[in-house]
Amino acid sequence: MYPVVEVRGLVNRFGTQVVHDGLDMEVHADEVFGIVGGSGTGKSVLLRSILGLQRPQAGIIRIDGQDITQMDQEQLRSVKSHYGVSFQSGALYSGLTVRQNVQLPMLEYLKLSERALDDLAMLKLRLVGLTPAAAGKYPAELSGGMVKRVALARALALDPKLLFLDEPTSGLDPVSAAAFDDLVLYLQKQLKLTIIMITHDLDSIFRTCNRVGVIVDRRMISDTLERIVDDPHPWIQEYFHGERARARLRAGHGT
Amino acid sequence: MAVEVRRTAEGLQLELTGQWGVRQFGAIDGELAAVELTSARRIEVDAQQLASLDLSGAWALHEFVRRAHAAGAEVRFKGAPPDQLRLLDEILEEAGKGVEAPPPLRVAAAPHGRFMQLLIELGKSAVRMGGNSRKGLAFVGKTSMTASAGLAHPRHLRLTSIARHVYDTGITALPIVALIAFLISVIIAYMSATQLRGLGADIYVVDLVTIGVLRELGVLLTSIIVAGRSGSAFAAELGSMKLNQEVDALVATGVEPFEVLVVPRLVGLTLALPLLTVVADLVGITGGALLCRYLLDMPFNQYIGRVNDAIAPTTFWVGVIKAPVFALLIAGAGCYHGLQVRASARELGRLVTVAVVQAIFLVILADALFAVLFMKMDI
Repeated sequence: MYPVVEVRGLVNRFGTQVVHDGLDMEVHADEVFGIVGGSGTGKSVLLRSILGLQRPQAGIIRIDGQDITQMDQEQLRSVKSHYGVSFQSGALYSGLTVRQNVQLPMLEYLKLSERALDDLAMLKLRLVGLTPAAAGKYPAELSGGMVKRVALARALALDPKLLFLDEPTSGLDPVSAAAFDDLVLYLQKQLKLTIIMITHDLDSIFRTCNRVGVIVDRRMISDTLERIVDDPHPWIQEYFHGERARARLRAGHGT
Repeated sequence: MAVEVRRTAEGLQLELTGQWGVRQFGAIDGELAAVELTSARRIEVDAQQLASLDLSGAWALHEFVRRAHAAGAEVRFKGAPPDQLRLLDEILEEAGKGVEAPPPLRVAAAPHGRFMQLLIELGKSAVRMGGNSRKGLAFVGKTSMTASAGLAHPRHLRLTSIARHVYDTGITALPIVALIAFLISVIIAYMSATQLRGLGADIYVVDLVTIGVLRELGVLLTSIIVAGRSGSAFAAELGSMKLNQEVDALVATGVEPFEVLVVPRLVGLTLALPLLTVVADLVGITGGALLCRYLLDMPFNQYIGRVNDAIAPTTFWVGVIKAPVFALLIAGAGCYHGLQVRASARELGRLVTVAVVQAIFLVILADALFAVLFMKMDI
């Protein structure tokens, strides 16, 4: 069984600035894989490379065993229909209603009747905990938490097995963030999803991820959550055992 | 085939096969809809042979079961029902909990007569227009307040910003304005030359070109080009700043958006457009001179002498004096519509279009008013 997503020897360079230099990453089926790293370490660049939004200077990126760096547009399009992406700020289409936003991938890839489109869009909205009342609203009328949920519903429009989440809980209050994490976990279990998420949120990592990859020194150190916290690298130590992390652990043990 | 149907003594046996995914949804939905439910009392569904079943596929099955129940049939699964179906029930139940029933569709208003309908539409658009003109008036008022405060305290006039807008709207527009002015004067000279030569009145070509360019065409064409270039740019810049909450950020910082966004654009364009007009005038007259020289064999000094005879001392100023007014109209329309943008990218596109169309319309309207004014003043 090959990994769902496999990155080997990835090199990304902008002018003289080297972002990734021989980065390796492996994500297996049914995992929730967290990508962690300081600001400017190239988490988003890594995600953009995997999504085929930019071509790396060197390296191999395999999704379901197929190298996407060697693909033409048509092949890439077919791969893209098999995963869902939720962007950091939602990236909902502002001119379309919530329902139309969820239907857009279906319209692009499938031939469905009007009624089937409506039924499936409603189903996806209910799946992420939104009421039918939200369906007719425009993105500008939604709260931050709802935007994230709609983005998730849109990412799930084609029932993908692989899901990319870019900072899913950023900008949410702790209660909403926890609720969102629970939703992601629930969907992961029920739909047997493989999830790759970029996040800063320690709570989120401890609640949802089973493996974590940390980008340090232009490469990735990845391991299970239990083992990565003991990695000797100074940045990882600071991240998982710094002041904020200790406060979190204290709070965690207190309950 | 996603469904195999067998009729038994008591009802139907359904065997589900293959992939049941969102990609097959259209076909599956069609096949399930084609299953005849009447006279079927018991339906046995065998989902054990399915290669895969995702949420959309499960929804198709869920809807079929619901339809079967509604038709009075009893549905049983061979073995355990698929997990996805249970998940679906869970989701639907969860979604139904704690949510009040969706509001009933609004009862359509009693149909009015055609005349009443017309009256209602008229009233609505009158109210809308009233609201719009009040907003427009508020914009004009606030802009003039901010601008006059800026004149009283020059510290509030953002000079760097004004300089940038003079550069963006004026200097970078020079090539296209000069080219258009040249071409227009050549066209006028050429057209009038072919007509006037038959009357032996070649020399009046100079009058036509000079007066036409200086009084009207120089400033009008320049304004229309600038409305297309800078009016749209103003609306798009301010509109996307609105969308991006940059305008809110300014207000929250205690910076007046009219002071840093609107007034510099207005002042910048008011400085740039007269200068562009002067350039257009010069290039236009030069273009006329070149055409007269090569088409009518008129020496340059004769052309210049005729230009001096043709124009009154006011001719040049009649054209240039209009430029600042047009500039205010263009910049005002651009900024006003830019600031009206709310919510969506589509609205941004619509309002940029409105800004340009309105700017050009206002410029031509103002030009007509100027023509009447100058006629009454006998200049």
